[in-house]
Amino acid sequence: MQVIKIEGTDDTPQVTLDANPENPLMEISGRSLPEDVVAFYDPILEWLDEYAENPLEKTVLNIKLEYFNTASSKLLLDILLKLEDMYDAGHDVLVRWHYPDDDEDMEEAGEEYEDIVEVPFEQVSYTFE
Amino acid sequence: MSEAQNNNKFDFVYDFYSKMKESKVAIAYEGEISHEITKVFSSLAESHIAIDNESNTLKKRVFHVMIESLQNLSKHSGEKHDPKSATDGQGIFFVSKTDTEYTITTGNVIDKYELPGLKLIIKKINSSDKKSLKVLYKEQIKKGRLSEKGGAGLGFIDIVRKTGEQLIYSFFDINEKKSYFVLTSTVSRIK
Repeated sequence: MQVIKIEGTDDTPQVTLDANPENPLMEISGRSLPEDVVAFYDPILEWLDEYAENPLEKTVLNIKLEYFNTASSKLLLDILLKLEDMYDAGHDVLVRWHYPDDDEDMEEAGEEYEDIVEVPFEQVSYTFE
Repeated sequence: MSEAQNNNKFDFVYDFYSKMKESKVAIAYEGEISHEITKVFSSLAESHIAIDNESNTLKKRVFHVMIESLQNLSKHSGEKHDPKSATDGQGIFFVSKTDTEYTITTGNVIDKYELPGLKLIIKKINSSDKKSLKVLYKEQIKKGRLSEKGGAGLGFIDIVRKTGEQLIYSFFDINEKKSYFVLTSTVSRIK
């Protein structure tokens, strides 16, 4: 499968989607307030659709965002719903939600997604530099 | 330009300066709100706020409210340079800072037919407690696709949830078709 690797900017996150069985990595990190959220997230959602047809034995998505706007929050939900579909289909799926240990809003955002989406969720706090 | 006209202009500038100081306005802008402008203001605020050693959570709250407010302006202002553009609306943007709070104020022209709907949404959000705001947020985020303007209908709900403060707003009559909508969000520095 094709690898998606997008460098982060001051308004778009860094994205890595690599399903190489040797060393897979799925990660979204940084900031998300793109001018056109749909255009930014569409390729990611398409990648996930293709991946879902034949996923790895274990799928782990790391989300490590410092900031996202409300328009992005909707697209993040769309991503998580795709993982939920995979989980419902009997696949092993885990979402790891990373939040800075001094950012209660980002922690709460993770808890809320965990509430909305029926998929194994892990909250991971880290120290923000 | 005549001397009298010049003097008027100078008076206006000094008056503006004095009023800004009086109202503790840290940022004031009137004009087109594009994505680039939104980014400039938010990074400006970040650096300003950082100087005052605010907590990370507070910094992000102010940043967040600024972004959502600016994006509301760019998407929903009824006044545009380029009428075909779905974004880049015209508006006023103010950030004030006192010892106790930050206030983020926007002003923009809206079509009168949008007034009842807008009032209804704000009243509903303002009268909701924390728990019902959460329900409202979840309902809205799960609801269908983004609007053609790219809005998720979450901005106001999110601002009130993050700040814990009601939205303060007012409307002014421009003519039969248009009104001016002023909206203030408050981020407390003390709680």
